[in-house]
Amino acid sequence: MGFSIERWPATRRLVLQGAGAVALFGLGGLAAPAARAAANDKYPEEAFRQKAEKDAIQALYGRTAEVSDKVKLDAPEIAENGAVVPISVTTTLANVTSISFLVSGNPNALAASYAIPEGTLPAVSNRLKMQQTSNVIAIVEAGGKLYSATKEVKVTVGGCGG
Amino acid sequence: MASTIRVRAIANGDLTEVQALIQHPMDSGFVKDAQGQVIPAHFIQQLTFEHNGKIVFTADWGPAVAKDPYVKFGFKGAAKGDELKISWVDNKGGSDSTTAKIQ
Repeated sequence: MGFSIERWPATRRLVLQGAGAVALFGLGGLAAPAARAAANDKYPEEAFRQKAEKDAIQALYGRTAEVSDKVKLDAPEIAENGAVVPISVTTTLANVTSISFLVSGNPNALAASYAIPEGTLPAVSNRLKMQQTSNVIAIVEAGGKLYSATKEVKVTVGGCGG
Repeated sequence: MASTIRVRAIANGDLTEVQALIQHPMDSGFVKDAQGQVIPAHFIQQLTFEHNGKIVFTADWGPAVAKDPYVKFGFKGAAKGDELKISWVDNKGGSDSTTAKIQ
């Protein structure tokens, strides 16, 4: 009898441990997408530190982009002032989750990256600095894939040097 | 102190178009001042727009975003009179936030 009484708490403990494990597992399953969202919200320091655009795209997304005519990059042919270059992108792609801008001639290629949640239009306008004449690259992340558009912008006065 | 953030959010049917202009030096850390001293990097890293507790737009910025940055985007699901909360943080821990009424 004493043995069985002794067994009860043990069983209870086991059950609780099991429940704990299940709870943890359940949370783990739930936590995965939440953690990913949090990671997306975190400032991508590493990607902004990369010098070449290829490395920056790799650091930011972990994959490479394919050129798409569905990404429309609007930038001036000639920017008289490299300190303020108006650049915008729109796309007809569906399920867009982010849009990024890179300037290949800058000391660090990645200029800006925008998260596009559901319900937000896949279109962004902003103003970037350009050190010299170079390519501007727009990256659109849609349905887990990357699409890009590139345009060369001629800069007559650089926006990065003194 | 006046807010560093100026926002215009205009609802047109289901679509709200947002334009924001922020006062910030956005120093890249590559520019030297008149004495030849490098001006340390000082730029906004993250800018978020929130509507009814839901983040509708996040910008991660590097120092290559122009001084006094401007951004324009659009989102669905808001109505005239709703509030849009805008906040930013920079690389030196500075921050500001404001709330704008959607017009």
